[in-house]
Amino acid sequence: MATLPNTPADVSHALSLHGYIPDDGLATSVFLAMTLRRPLLLEGEAGVGKTEVAKVLSRWTGGELIRLQCYEGIDVSQAVYDWDYSRQLLHLRASEATGESLGLTTNALEQQLYNERFLLKRALLQAIDHTGDTPPVLLIDEIDRADDEFEAYLLEVLSEYQITVPEIGRFSAVRPPLVILTSNRTRDVHDALKRRCLYHWVEHPDFEREVRIVRMRVPQVLDRLARQVAGAVEALRGLNLYKPPGVAETIDWAQALAALGRTELDEAVVEATLGAVLKYREDQDRTRQHGIASLVKQAFERGFQPS
Amino acid sequence: MAHTPAERVAVTFARVLRGAGLRVPLGSVLTFVDSLGQVGIEQRSAVYWAGRATLVRRPEDIDLYDRSFDVFWLAAGQQVQLDEEAEPLHITLAIDDDSDQPDDDASSEPNDDPTLVLRFSAAEVLRHKDFAAYTADELQMAQALMSQLRFIGPPRRSFRYRSAPRGRRPDLQATVRASLRAGGEPIQRQWRDPGQRLRRLVVLLDISGSMEPYARAMLRFVHAAVSGRQRVEAFAIGTRLTRMTKELHSRDPDTALAAASQRVHDWSGGTRLGDCMRAFNDQWGVRGMARGAIVVVLSDGWDRGDPEVLAAQMQRLQRVAYQTVWVNPLKVTPGYAPLARGMAAALPYVDAFVEGHSLAAMQELARVIASAPDRRHSQRAVTRGTLEPR
Repeated sequence: MATLPNTPADVSHALSLHGYIPDDGLATSVFLAMTLRRPLLLEGEAGVGKTEVAKVLSRWTGGELIRLQCYEGIDVSQAVYDWDYSRQLLHLRASEATGESLGLTTNALEQQLYNERFLLKRALLQAIDHTGDTPPVLLIDEIDRADDEFEAYLLEVLSEYQITVPEIGRFSAVRPPLVILTSNRTRDVHDALKRRCLYHWVEHPDFEREVRIVRMRVPQVLDRLARQVAGAVEALRGLNLYKPPGVAETIDWAQALAALGRTELDEAVVEATLGAVLKYREDQDRTRQHGIASLVKQAFERGFQPS
Repeated sequence: MAHTPAERVAVTFARVLRGAGLRVPLGSVLTFVDSLGQVGIEQRSAVYWAGRATLVRRPEDIDLYDRSFDVFWLAAGQQVQLDEEAEPLHITLAIDDDSDQPDDDASSEPNDDPTLVLRFSAAEVLRHKDFAAYTADELQMAQALMSQLRFIGPPRRSFRYRSAPRGRRPDLQATVRASLRAGGEPIQRQWRDPGQRLRRLVVLLDISGSMEPYARAMLRFVHAAVSGRQRVEAFAIGTRLTRMTKELHSRDPDTALAAASQRVHDWSGGTRLGDCMRAFNDQWGVRGMARGAIVVVLSDGWDRGDPEVLAAQMQRLQRVAYQTVWVNPLKVTPGYAPLARGMAAALPYVDAFVEGHSLAAMQELARVIASAPDRRHSQRAVTRGTLEPR
């Protein structure tokens, strides 16, 4: 993709073409992230499709998807760069064996060792040092799991789009990557980082959008079943569960039903496939208490509504 | 003054938001101006979403934003000069005044003689005095003693490696560095081992009427832990859950507690422990905050809600936490058995049940936390997860 989108509607259209149906808010946020070249922070419940945004952006723009999964204790050597120590050691031994090192000063030897060819580029450096025509899509997933220090470092990288490797020098992005950060909000991301980013809180999709998503992602499911599945999931979200099903679960469920060759929901099949939507035993118990039959009934009522 | 229409819109709206109590830094306003330049200011939804993306940073603020935006858009449509007439709605936080403590001999002494307050024997008396009987002055004094205490649990293995002379894994990085010193000859091998990190400490404070003095004292300890380098999260539980972590870092703990109490309506309604625990588990705990953490609940266990709910939530919490500690200041009361229904329901899912009424009891608590057994190898690891309460 050579040109930037002109309106949020362009973004909405393009994402839909590539398998993601955004609401107005998300389309506007993505549009602004692209035109203002700002990172976009997506927060929301697990399974509402935050990570998917980055993947679909990569498919649309053609930019390489570079993913950094955060976890507690992530550090520079895993996120930015590391030296390939075993190859450095081998190089030392080899230059010694060939007698090459005899004529070298320690400084020269060191320069050989701390050369870009022994540098292992991790996700952040890959994204900054990208040379292609299309800027890559950098996905920094679950930033809430990383530590404060890492956030501070990230802030620096995302403000300047530069990374300094002390032994070599500075890498600057020719075309800054399109950056998507996601957070499940197990803790608050630092304000300074949030200020640097655009922010969007991702909600569960409404009924019609969810039907469209199911139809798009699981094309073998017919409209009637898609509406019933979306209706049942909507009802489940109202049951005060520990983990209300997200879009990911809706899609899983529709796929399971498709694999079973179903064209309609009924009690038996809901009971048999409940594990595709609800991953906690307590949630399954609660749903059974509520009654599978009434869930199916709700799903049918929603499904039959004329669109 | 603002120049372009977009700038005027952005600046005015930011002022409305600030008036409504939202924190809007200047940098965000500038981004908002840029965004309006991209999407235009004619369409309501475009302006709305541009503002949402640039000015809101927490889902809690969305409601406030929506209401402010409605007001703003309506006013803007009527061509009212908002930047002159917008009347900020100030939200003031009441600050709890300590001086309303019941008078006794100690506190009715005039305060202008500091030598009266700091006596050695006072520390010893304080050690066993019930927090509820503390005066404000004594609480201040106890703070010095408290700051010596640290709630530090056993560390966990971190992902990061530290160099260790007798480590078990080769440290190639250090070996290369050492060999450079020897002209490229890897003579000395270096070793490393996984580093250690402190576990997160999560404190849930019951702030219903009878518990408030204890919550206040406990918060001081937590504050002390924050100034150590441990990562601490604090929540107030009453009729609803309130997060206090930010306040702990930046402000006086008493103010934070007062602000939390302010937000709790319906004091006489009593604590809804089960619902609050559920809110904690759903929004924070089970999603990650309580995983591998030490969770301390300070409460007398009086729960107005269904004890089943509390039991289920405590079980959920115990399954993710490293250790669950219940501090009950009433445990010391003669003849006390955990009669409160909530307490009885929660007990099977508590790893340690301690008193918490005095400084001495707090020292005991610090000891319990520090000597938490490694759960992965303990008996409890096998029994946990069973559904029926003992």
